[in-house]
Amino acid sequence: MTDVANLWSYLSTSPLLWLTATVLAYLAADGVARRLDNNPLANPVILAVLMITPVLWFTQTEYATYFEGAQFIHFLLGPATIALALPLWDNRETIGQSVAPILLALLAGSVTAAGSAILLAQAFGLSTEVILSLAPKSTTAPVALGISEAVGGLPALTAVLVILTGIIGAVIVTPLMTVLRIKDWRARGFSVGLASHGIGTARAFQVNPTAGAYAGIAMALNALLTSIIVPVLVRWLI
Amino acid sequence: MLPTLGLLLVCQLIGEVIVRGIGLSIPGPVIGLTLLILILRLRPALAEQLRATITVILANLSLLFVPAGVGVIGNLEVLSEDWFALLVVLVLSTLLAMLAAVGTFIGVRRLTEGRSP
Repeated sequence: MTDVANLWSYLSTSPLLWLTATVLAYLAADGVARRLDNNPLANPVILAVLMITPVLWFTQTEYATYFEGAQFIHFLLGPATIALALPLWDNRETIGQSVAPILLALLAGSVTAAGSAILLAQAFGLSTEVILSLAPKSTTAPVALGISEAVGGLPALTAVLVILTGIIGAVIVTPLMTVLRIKDWRARGFSVGLASHGIGTARAFQVNPTAGAYAGIAMALNALLTSIIVPVLVRWLI
Repeated sequence: MLPTLGLLLVCQLIGEVIVRGIGLSIPGPVIGLTLLILILRLRPALAEQLRATITVILANLSLLFVPAGVGVIGNLEVLSEDWFALLVVLVLSTLLAMLAAVGTFIGVRRLTEGRSP
């Protein structure tokens, strides 16, 4: 019995266990998603999170302990962002031809993403602090947290809202575009990358490489524009 | 695989140094991404050497969001009693942002492609 206890005290404090658990949960989640033909509801991020959360709860593991293992994966978000350079490079000719649609869709989408969040939240009577935390929700997490802090929001709340926005966009993009009968992978990818940052971009790469490239462009450009637009919208609308 | 990972890390490192050095409010990896595009412009042959590893990374991008996703589930109480209103706002606002972006993209594309023969 003490051997089991010793083993557990080793495993539960070493990064190995939760790193392995994260990779295995993702592999299982990805397998399920593939078996369901990448159905939007079978999002690998949601599935993996739903597999890991009960295990943490059952073993009474703190998030900080889990993250000591999971941080190695989390860290790869930086290199993965840079890796987007390759699909952008591959699509450089079509991107060059669609500069006008890209820039105008960026402006319309970015203003709508932040503006509609502020106005809807006001309509629901949410507090100013919550509204400020909500405004940058469509931007990639590190930028959103910086904006939230700068305008007086709560970064911890923004972190949750950003991830939820990513998951919502990744789930609704395919049904939405099918209903609208939009077949242009550039437009589809661009809109999901703009509204739902990296998680939307991950979904786009799951569906089509061109959509993924355009999602990556939208995510990067929206990170730049939102940090300019949110402080302005906040002054106008709040 | 390792040379590609090395190059990505070097780009990120330079990006972070630039961002922190000048005090920019954009993330280091975005600068790193721009840097890698510039490198590809100077050495287009590099693209094929990077392709295998980068394809694997981008095909499994969802994995990288799992740690943050687990954090969100454990931290849902920050949504407090506003959770339902926040969820409705997030769904509607995400929908509106996608509609605005896709509508503008398709509309402008038709206008500009209509003009050229």
